[in-house]
This record gives sequence, C-alpha cells and structure tokens, in this order.
Amino acid sequence: MSDIQNQNGELLLRTAQNMIVENDDVADTLVLRRPPARAEVMAEICRQLEPFQADDGRAITGATVISKDLSIDSLAVMDMVMDLEDQFDVSIPMNVVAEIQTVDELADTILALSARR
Amino acid sequence: MGLFDRHAGLLDAYRDVRTTGADPFQIRMERVLSPTEAIINGKKTLLVGTNNYFGLTFDPSCMEAAIEAIRAEGTGTTGSRIANGSYSEHVALEQEIAEFYGKKHCMVFTTGYQANLGIIATLVGPDDFLLIDADSHASIYDACKQTQAEVVRFKHNDPSSLDARLRRLGDKPGNRLVVLEGIYSMLGDSAPLKEFVAVCKKYNAYVLIDEAHSLGALGEHGRGLCESTGVLDDCHFVVGTFSKTLGAIGGYCVSDDPDFDILRVTTRSYMFTASLPPSIVASVRQALRIVKAQPELRTKLWDNVAALYDGLAAKGFKLGPEHGPVVGVHLPDRMMAIGFWRAMLDAGIYVNVAVPPATPNGVSLLRCSVSAAHTKEQLDHMIEVMAGIGRQLGVLSGPTLRVVSSR
Repeated sequence: MSDIQNQNGELLLRTAQNMIVENDDVADTLVLRRPPARAEVMAEICRQLEPFQADDGRAITGATVISKDLSIDSLAVMDMVMDLEDQFDVSIPMNVVAEIQTVDELADTILALSARR
Repeated sequence: MGLFDRHAGLLDAYRDVRTTGADPFQIRMERVLSPTEAIINGKKTLLVGTNNYFGLTFDPSCMEAAIEAIRAEGTGTTGSRIANGSYSEHVALEQEIAEFYGKKHCMVFTTGYQANLGIIATLVGPDDFLLIDADSHASIYDACKQTQAEVVRFKHNDPSSLDARLRRLGDKPGNRLVVLEGIYSMLGDSAPLKEFVAVCKKYNAYVLIDEAHSLGALGEHGRGLCESTGVLDDCHFVVGTFSKTLGAIGGYCVSDDPDFDILRVTTRSYMFTASLPPSIVASVRQALRIVKAQPELRTKLWDNVAALYDGLAAKGFKLGPEHGPVVGVHLPDRMMAIGFWRAMLDAGIYVNVAVPPATPNGVSLLRCSVSAAHTKEQLDHMIEVMAGIGRQLGVLSGPTLRVVSSR
C-alpha cells in the first residue's frame, strides 16, 4: 500500500513513466521525461561538438577524446555540458565532468544519471 | 616529458601576444601619480583599468591613517590571525564591517581571493552541494577544487537554470550553497539577485554573494547589490574586498549565523597566512568611513559610468549589457583586442585586455573600469581616442554608427 500512497495518503497513479518524475516540478520545464536512448544522446553530443571538429576531417565517434581530438577548450566543454544537462534534465557535477575523456564516457554519464532520476 | 611541456599551447598563445611588441601581462607602472594617472613606458598615461572606483588610493586621510599606524605598530604583523597576528585594530575593522552590513559577524582575510577560496570551500562539505554561476571569478572556481562538496554550474545570470539544477537535486540530503556576484568583473553586468534569492528560498538554499566590484557602487549606503535589490537579509553570506573601492588589499565575509566564528579555526586560507599589516587595516577603516560619509562619490562614479558607456556606445562600440563601474568593450578576436589595447597604450591610455580563457564565452574584451576620480575631460578624451583607433583598425566603420559583432 505504501508504494502507491504519498505522505498525504493521496493515491498516486503510477505508471513506469511518472515513477521517474515523482519529485520533479513538472510545471517548471517541458523536457523529455523518459530516459533517453543512447543513440539520441550520442547524436546530440556530436551535434554540439561539430563546430570544434579537427581540421583533418576525422569524424566524431564514441572514441573521440574531447580535449585532445577536437579544438575545444575546457571552458567550452563545461558550457556544452550545461546545454546537455538541460536537454536531458540531468546535472553532471564538475568533478565528474573533469574525469570524462571520450564522447562515449560523456554519453554513458548522461544515461546513467537519467536512469537514476 | 618536461615540467613545462604541458603549457606548450599556452606558450604559443603567449608568444603571439608578445610579438605585438608590448606584453599586457608585464606592464610596469613606472610611477603612479594619482588614482587616474601613472607613468608607463616613460609616458604619462590615463588609467581606466584599475578598479579604483572611488579613487581613494591617494586620499590624504587614508594615507595619513596608514602612516600613523606604521609608526605606532610597525610594518607587519608577522603572523596569522590565529597566532600573533590579531591586533585590536583587526577586530575593530571586523566590527565596523559587520555594522556596515547590519550583520552580527565578520571575518577579515588578507586578500579577497583568500576570502572566497576559504569561505566557500569550507562552508560546504561532503554530501553538500555547491552551485555556482558559470561566469564566476577564479577564486570561486578554485574554491570548487578545494571543497569536498559536489559542484554544479548554472548558466550565467539565469535564475531558471539555477532552479532546474536545484530541482534535479530533489530530496537528496545535504546543504545547498549558491554563489553569486554583485557585479561580474569582465562585462560589468549584475546578477538578477531578487529572482535568484526567490529560487534559493524555494529550495531552502543558502546564498553567498561576492560584492567585490559593487561595494560602494551599489545600494543607498554602498553595501552592494544585496542592498540595491533589497535582499540583504536573505543573503546569508556577503563577501567583499578592500582592494577596489577601499583602495588597499584584503577581503571579508559577513554573516548572521551564530556559529560563524568556528570558521576562524577551520578556514585554511584564514589560518595559514599572515594577517593584514596595521597600515592596511588603518587605511581601510578610514576608507570605509569615507564610503559612509560621502555618498556623493557614488553619484560621481555613476555619472562617469554613464559618460563613458554612453559615449562609447554612441561611437558604435559593442559593450557589456548594462551600465556598471566595469565597462567591457567587445572586440572581434584575441589579436584585435591585443592590437587595440597596445594602440591605446601608445596613445597614453591604460585599460585591461581580457582574452580567452579568462573571459566568458570566449569573448575578447577591452575592460575599462571607471573611477569617481576621473574628470569629464579625461573620459571625453578617452572616448575620442578609442573611436579613432576603432576606425583605424576597422572595428568601427567610418562616421556612420554601426555596432560591431562580438564573434
């Protein structure tokens, strides 16, 4: 019973989807509430990184090392992360951002955080 | 791999800067003549980049107070505040700053950088959350490296971006501390503090505001943005500096928290450095008296801000978003900013040049700071010189008014 009642005893209609968002102030933002698919996250990261692609024309892949293979400085990386955070409604702590090296790792971090939401 | 190899990129960039003939990071003030003039490269130069907002560095009463203090108590304290470095005057200064804000407690630091570094890093601990504006000063970013709290960055001056990040924390246990600045040091824009405070209240977050560039400049009594926006009581911690409006060096933090003083034995940047010398404490106390007694200096500062900002805008320069004691002039790129800066110096005007990565969004800027001590003639002269150089370098096109792009 406790599973479907909140503190006020109000009945919560729980679908798989609103279990994820129960603590969210839905009125705040109109963002995607289901965890995103990996392909979706990858596509968005690649789109954001495109302007920083190296001159040699190498494509951005999961293995691309963000700070080395692209012409992007650490501040621009942090700004891009803020955009991704809002797009996928997660917050990536700064110390976690500092550890991220590849596009794959960035995508994995976003997916892991949105699964925990 | 050598110790300096990892700076290769920076060394290249720095070499680029130096090939223009003058190194903006190695400018030498051969002799400072007044709050608005110095000899640089053998030439009398107008200073419009020294953060000397009230022009108090040469105030006779502040200078006298410093000289007297040296005669009475010597040149330095040779010790930390928690050892032999706390004099009656340090405590008196703390009481006076606390009274100035109507707060119960104040801690004085040896620099403003150390105040932010120590206070912010120490206030939050493991399991707490520190939320900072993306355009925060280096001292705030360095506090983020020291703290054990989880750090999240929100979009510059965007309360909804802060709201989203506080909301995402949900019901996780741990304190939330939000760090804001009264006036941002690069573009001179101020925080929408009232809106930020409302968001912080909604999520029960503590507010720390750094009034480094707004002390004296904003508010009916010069307390800063926290006063001018009417939310001083909602700001749990106010940090500031003595090195700008008050014309010396040092930093402070005020608070009403009854346990605030425990920070004196937990904040490392307070404990493990020598305290301010008596001369500084004395001149700062006098400068604070002047801030309280002479509101006309604030009026003069804003008159000068309007003159410089509106004058440069009318010539077609792209400026920071609002009037402020810091006027940031956007230039298309790093090399143009450095070339422009050097042409200004050759013409006898010193401003700061700010280029990535020290600037938000990779912009290149000439950063001007206005003083109440500037005369109208000095500022008119500066506007004419800048417009002339702007036309020569193709930043301004001819006599028609056209706004230049920042990117």
